[in-house]
Amino acid sequence: MNMHDTTGMARLRADFPILTQRVHGRDLIYLDSAASAQKPRAVIEAMRVTMETQYANVHRGLHWMSERATDAYEATRDDVARLLNAPDRAEIVFTRNSTEAINLVAHSYGRGVLRPGQAVLISEMEHHSNIVPWQMLRDAHGVGLRVAPVTDAGELDLAAFEALLADGTVGLVAITHMSNVLGTVTPADRLVRIAHAHGAKILLDGSQAIVHRRVDVQALDADFYVFTGHKLYGPSGIGALWGRRALLEAMPPFLGGGDMISSVTFERSSWAQVPHKFEAGTPAIIEAAGLSAAIRYVEAVGYDAIGAHEARLTDHALARLAAVEGVDILGRAQDRGGVVSFTLANAHAHDVATLLDRQGIAVRAGHHCAEPLMRRFGLDSTARASFGVYTTEAEIEALAAGLERVREFFA
Amino acid sequence: MSESFDALRDLYQDVILDHGRHPRHAGRLAAFDATAKGDNPMCGDRVQLWLKYAPDGRIEKTGFEARGCAISVASADLMAEIVAGTPVEDVRALFSAFREMAKHGDGPDAAVAPGGKLAEKLERLRPLAGVHEFPSRVKCATLPWHALIAAIEGTQETSSE
Repeated sequence: MNMHDTTGMARLRADFPILTQRVHGRDLIYLDSAASAQKPRAVIEAMRVTMETQYANVHRGLHWMSERATDAYEATRDDVARLLNAPDRAEIVFTRNSTEAINLVAHSYGRGVLRPGQAVLISEMEHHSNIVPWQMLRDAHGVGLRVAPVTDAGELDLAAFEALLADGTVGLVAITHMSNVLGTVTPADRLVRIAHAHGAKILLDGSQAIVHRRVDVQALDADFYVFTGHKLYGPSGIGALWGRRALLEAMPPFLGGGDMISSVTFERSSWAQVPHKFEAGTPAIIEAAGLSAAIRYVEAVGYDAIGAHEARLTDHALARLAAVEGVDILGRAQDRGGVVSFTLANAHAHDVATLLDRQGIAVRAGHHCAEPLMRRFGLDSTARASFGVYTTEAEIEALAAGLERVREFFA
Repeated sequence: MSESFDALRDLYQDVILDHGRHPRHAGRLAAFDATAKGDNPMCGDRVQLWLKYAPDGRIEKTGFEARGCAISVASADLMAEIVAGTPVEDVRALFSAFREMAKHGDGPDAAVAPGGKLAEKLERLRPLAGVHEFPSRVKCATLPWHALIAAIEGTQETSSE
């Protein structure tokens, strides 16, 4: 898809109905895609069509409508397997989001496979969703928790990372594939090799990364990969865990209920095969249709085009924001995606966000669910602009101009 | 653009920008009778305040340290200014009136004006009333007050959630 010129971008932006909305009497400039991305019409339509033409519960009805709904739901599993290049569709487990996927692994792999005395290694740049589940595991199960530091540039300190694995007690590494604050893309393939060399399995949190680049779990040689639909232009309420089949099979279930059993008596129950063992209860049927459409949308735009577009935007944003007096950009990683966090002298991030909002510009402000990372850089909060396929250079210009006005306001 | 920023002038009145930039009551009190922390976990705003009572039980002095936006710092500073010399029960009445003002834009004057003795104090908080048009910012203005009430009650920690 052509994302190089204004005609191509105008055509792409027309796929996203919300972009015609006005905010405070001004055109919406949505620079908060890392929190949640906007939805193309194809996603909206897929969900509507599901509800209007082929909706029923899945995996249980013997009637025509339920069979169609089940087929569609299971087809989404194929789409996710293709997106991740997973070798086996049964390795795709649907969850509500990345948070639930990580909690699933922390619970089932953490309690079922890891032994007290072993440790989990995370990094300083994790989202709270990749910190708190491991703290809960530590407190309940006696598994240690180690934290790999981040350099001043906002990159993972690889030497320190490896040193933390050296004693061989780390059973699992759980680390982001791209920081939601710094934009840093971690060298996932190297992290996998280092983890495996020290006998640890590795989970990659792809919530941000998968929006910006092609993910191939086989090429990465990872053990678990998680992502969420709503950041990938899909609906909220559905995400996925990929895990190696042998690992998933060795793990006890997460939630108990319908759909995850093979038989139930009051004395005991036995579990369904993977992935159904981990999918208790009626799943997000309508959202699955939306996720399929989102994946197909991203594939149609193409990761090469997305990557080139976002690299262009990010370079432009870094240059333009740095030129605004008093702006300090957090994170200077070599390899980065379309997320730029910054502070403005004499103005708190919340005040910056409110003043930008009045100009129609939506940015996030706060700790971005990464308080330990903020503390590491001696900050309480930053403002963050993040980009999607629909973001234009003109919007980056508007952000820079808007920040100039904010600066004058608080001067 | 100017019309967008006109609305912001209601939120960021000069008195707020001034107190936000140059708070008069910032800093820990060397001698204090009570202290409490306030925390807004949604946005990361934090305030700690220290309280000293006069022999008659009125609040003599309040000092605070805040890490937050212009609104929360200005609100803490105006609060410290206004509660000096105020009996504790009047502080509670002021807080509930101020909270109404922050949420709805005007204070229930009758509730704080038996004899009108608090009306003047509430009026000095009026510049913060603009937050009612910014729902996500109401808690910025009320956070220091939550901390003050917590200090008075000896709870030590509070949250604006």
